[in-house]
Amino acid sequence: MRDVAIIGVGATAFGELWEKSFRSLGIEAGMKAIEDANLSGDEIDALYIGNMSAGRFINQQHVDALVADYSGMATNNVPATRVESGGASGGVAFREGVLAVASGLHDMVLVGGAEKMTDLDDPAIGSIMDSTADAEYEAGLGVTLASNYAMIARRMIHEGIATREEIASVAVNSHFHGELNPGAQFRRAVPLETVLRSGPVATPLGMFDCAPISDGAAAVILCPLEDAKEHVDRYVKVAAVAQASDTLALFQRDSITEFRATQAAARRAYEAAGVTAADIDVAEIHDDFSVAGVMALQDLGMYAKGKAGAAFLNGETHFDAGKTAVNTSGGLKARGYPIGAAGVAQIVELAEQLRGTADKRQVKDAKHGLAQSVGGNGSAVTVSILEAI
Amino acid sequence: MASVAKEWREIPGRYNLRGTKCGSCGKVFFPSRSFCPVCRRESIGKVEDYKLDRHGEVYSFSVVHEAPESCSMLKPYAVVMVRNRDGVLLSGQMVDVDVDAIEIGMPVRAVLRKLDADGLAGVIHYGFKFTPDL
Repeated sequence: MRDVAIIGVGATAFGELWEKSFRSLGIEAGMKAIEDANLSGDEIDALYIGNMSAGRFINQQHVDALVADYSGMATNNVPATRVESGGASGGVAFREGVLAVASGLHDMVLVGGAEKMTDLDDPAIGSIMDSTADAEYEAGLGVTLASNYAMIARRMIHEGIATREEIASVAVNSHFHGELNPGAQFRRAVPLETVLRSGPVATPLGMFDCAPISDGAAAVILCPLEDAKEHVDRYVKVAAVAQASDTLALFQRDSITEFRATQAAARRAYEAAGVTAADIDVAEIHDDFSVAGVMALQDLGMYAKGKAGAAFLNGETHFDAGKTAVNTSGGLKARGYPIGAAGVAQIVELAEQLRGTADKRQVKDAKHGLAQSVGGNGSAVTVSILEAI
Repeated sequence: MASVAKEWREIPGRYNLRGTKCGSCGKVFFPSRSFCPVCRRESIGKVEDYKLDRHGEVYSFSVVHEAPESCSMLKPYAVVMVRNRDGVLLSGQMVDVDVDAIEIGMPVRAVLRKLDADGLAGVIHYGFKFTPDL
């Protein structure tokens, strides 16, 4: 297998982008990445697109063909593949792109992620999100994705793994960083009291515990590490791309206060990259619900079970705290959560951090970055590790 | 809209809590599985139909205020995870209860209730929900 480099990144702003269509978002992100990599576009020989549910959000299946066509790639008949894995669609698409280059099959790959969500109303969007859980025995019985995370949170509080305040502080951390990211949907810090007082979604979780509904797209360009210098001065090495699965339904697990798929993917990623959790300077984690952030830091081995919540509450996760900086982009909560784009946008943020181009939220001397992308209630998880060159 | 066949196919599980038991390791699964994910080949031909015990205790719960279209008339409504007497975890709604009175450890039992309907002329979906086991 060949070593792989990220030589270009790009993302649209995330938010309620009424004036922008799915195709215009995807093309904007892709063009930015191609420009960032100093390419014409002709060099690209494969496309991978993370997208969860264009079929239901905008009634458009076959978005692989749509993106190939409108990006001009179909002129060269470049192969395009759409990847769906619930909330992990972007993370899995990134892994597929890396494997395509590492294997020697392709030499210049564009990985994109995109979702256009705001053309539907909230209950319809909720139904689509819930379909990433078990459609017959969770969603079909009235159990929502949010309520599953809420039941995880209830159990964590009951077992003394985290307090309600610690769980809420995951959202506070994401908003703290969102204020520093010009591309974020919510560029405003929020106090803990605001999160705790927000209207209930699924108790004990409220509106501010939940990532928003967003439109957006992100893209990265991959090539063999040894070729990277021919195109750009600053690039990043992909040190590991690991993936793991678990049961589709949350209630089928032995424990609901940890995600074994995160633990397994993390173990594989650390081994492949030759690093440990202590080596990670900056992490982008899948905080679609605040409680998932607490679980992530514990399952990734950065904090012992029962200790991650306090790290968020005490601000140890801030970009300038000198420990592992968490969700410097604003995370899913404040940067926004266009589902298929999220996992790719995490890679964009890590590349910015490791190249030293993250501006006001720059983590000092960042060497290793980790991204965790999660589908459903931890049924599919990717953990990717990037390394500064 | 779901077809009648889709509703009919799930009657054993959604109406009657019928799952499966691995004849090799004895583990009970709900919903039913054609083979045991732990024993795999060892379990083929040994998986038995198994009717789950309807009684159990609340393992965790949440009151849903933001609901999908199909449940919008019910909100706020309670969902629970229940550890039944077979030791199996189940998820579903909890009804006939003051949602503020639900707590972990509360005894419950599964009953058959209407879940939702596909419009005025479509399939009416039924399934289990939990009530306090007094």
